[in-house]
Amino acid sequence: MKTDITELESVASQIRGKLVEMSHYSRAAHLGSALSCVDILVTLYWNSLAIAPDNPAAPDRDRFILSKGHAAAALFATLAMKGFFPETLLDTFGQAGGLLEEHPGPGCAPGVEAATGSLGHGLPLGIGMALASRIQSIPYRVCVLMSDGECNEGSVWEGAMFAAGKRLHNLLAIIDFNKWQATGRSCEVMALEPLEQKWRSFGWEAYEINGHDIKVLLEIMNRFPSVSGKPVAIIAHTIKGKGVSFMEDDNNWHYRIPNAQEVVKAKGELGLL
Amino acid sequence: MRNAFADELKTLAASNHQIVLLSGDIGNRLFDPYKKEFLERFFNCGVAEANMTGMAAGMALCGLRPITYTITPFNTTRCLEQIRIDVCYHELPVIIVGVGAGLSYAGLGGTHHACEDIALLRALPNMTVICPADAVEVRLALRAALSHNGPVYIRLGKKNEPVIHKKQPQFIIGKGIIIRQGSDICLLSTGNILPNVIESAIRLEQKGISTQVVSMHTVKPLDNEMIEDVFDRFGVVATIEEHSLIGGFGAAVAEWLSDQPPQKGRLCRLGIKDTFLHQCGNQENARTMAGLDSAKIVTKVTNYWRQRIDTHRN
Repeated sequence: MKTDITELESVASQIRGKLVEMSHYSRAAHLGSALSCVDILVTLYWNSLAIAPDNPAAPDRDRFILSKGHAAAALFATLAMKGFFPETLLDTFGQAGGLLEEHPGPGCAPGVEAATGSLGHGLPLGIGMALASRIQSIPYRVCVLMSDGECNEGSVWEGAMFAAGKRLHNLLAIIDFNKWQATGRSCEVMALEPLEQKWRSFGWEAYEINGHDIKVLLEIMNRFPSVSGKPVAIIAHTIKGKGVSFMEDDNNWHYRIPNAQEVVKAKGELGLL
Repeated sequence: MRNAFADELKTLAASNHQIVLLSGDIGNRLFDPYKKEFLERFFNCGVAEANMTGMAAGMALCGLRPITYTITPFNTTRCLEQIRIDVCYHELPVIIVGVGAGLSYAGLGGTHHACEDIALLRALPNMTVICPADAVEVRLALRAALSHNGPVYIRLGKKNEPVIHKKQPQFIIGKGIIIRQGSDICLLSTGNILPNVIESAIRLEQKGISTQVVSMHTVKPLDNEMIEDVFDRFGVVATIEEHSLIGGFGAAVAEWLSDQPPQKGRLCRLGIKDTFLHQCGNQENARTMAGLDSAKIVTKVTNYWRQRIDTHRN
């Protein structure tokens, strides 16, 4: 378990550099969405979740579901750097015949718990897993990472109501609130705000934090599982394209692919050259 | 059928501790005996079928054997994407049980009719589609589904349907059950319409047309061996289902037929036309309106039979 903030920040930068390269080589979109959740993933995999890279199917492991499946590259890079599979496998991302698709498929790599890509599916899956923990008397925790745009989906709120009703204290939903969905500001497309109050009013413990501050992320994870017995929602304020100045908060990078010069520039900014 | 389902489930849950029942706020009192013994493995998921189906998949990913249960359209078309992705894409052993096949809930109106579910679920990779004909087949289907390591859809009628099987037949997924033997016409029935089909066969016999009846409880995978045999031996092979003619059981047989060399048998499909039903009435009324009462089945099948004889004479 790593708690050295500088070290974790360095890991996050390396993952971000890898994501820029992966997008470039595979010509895969959603780079901005992947960059916004890197600090969250690093906190979870390097510190907060109990998932052993050498035993990724242990019955009592914590479960992580990347419900915002379009950020698959971020999950793949995280798992590879954490040692779930060789980093060379990342070279097959988006390549013909490869198993690492732009949205993760079922069982595509060790450590990938579920196939995602259509939004609004991860929370119900996670609730099922959290209930299974209770039914089977195997204590573990379930963490679901969602996007802000994903909160448009009705199934998210079906699940939110159900989980609160069953007092699933071992369930955590993190919303990567990067302020953009595919084609617009997430607060303009629908009445998304006040998001924290929405979750709270649905019966969850809810916290708003800076989703890029690893120190804050580490601290907030101590509140989970909750003492109150409620499921926990973390509204993580993030910046789409975080870490690369010319991508930050520019929604063109939902779909744009960086060229070779942009890759160099991005890696330079990330301190990787 | 639903009473048989609830009773059989309670029996099976005693020895299979992986069974979890998820109900979409339906089955008032129906599951009381189950809940009395296995309350920790029962969840009323509310009127939220997408979440219910996703949760079932999450449970199956952890080694459980969840069964979702609610009225057919709400447990199939309402949450079709969750079935497609969460259940079928992951190839998980989730059993989806729809109560109210076809026109079972005719009087409740078009929202509660289920005439497209077979078509939609049959198209999903990894899915098995079972339409039991009576309470006996329901029990056997549930047992077979729990032994199958993949997604299964079971399409129930409602309650108090006639029991066809006096003895327990051999029930294998993908294998039809011959109900009565004949030599001229073969009636392939799927699901809850079987009593009408048997009545039709009796009437055809009275007209001197020897009629075989098969309960094709599994629509997917199709019993190709049975179908090959009956198209080889019978002049007319009719499919009968309480479901749309588009994409259902008859369509599956037509697909099979189009991939074969010319067959001896001619296919006659009976089902519901491409329309919603708008009039009040019970299931019997609705079946009559849809042309699925035994009198209309006999008329249509007889016409096909006569046309075939005429063709041969010419």
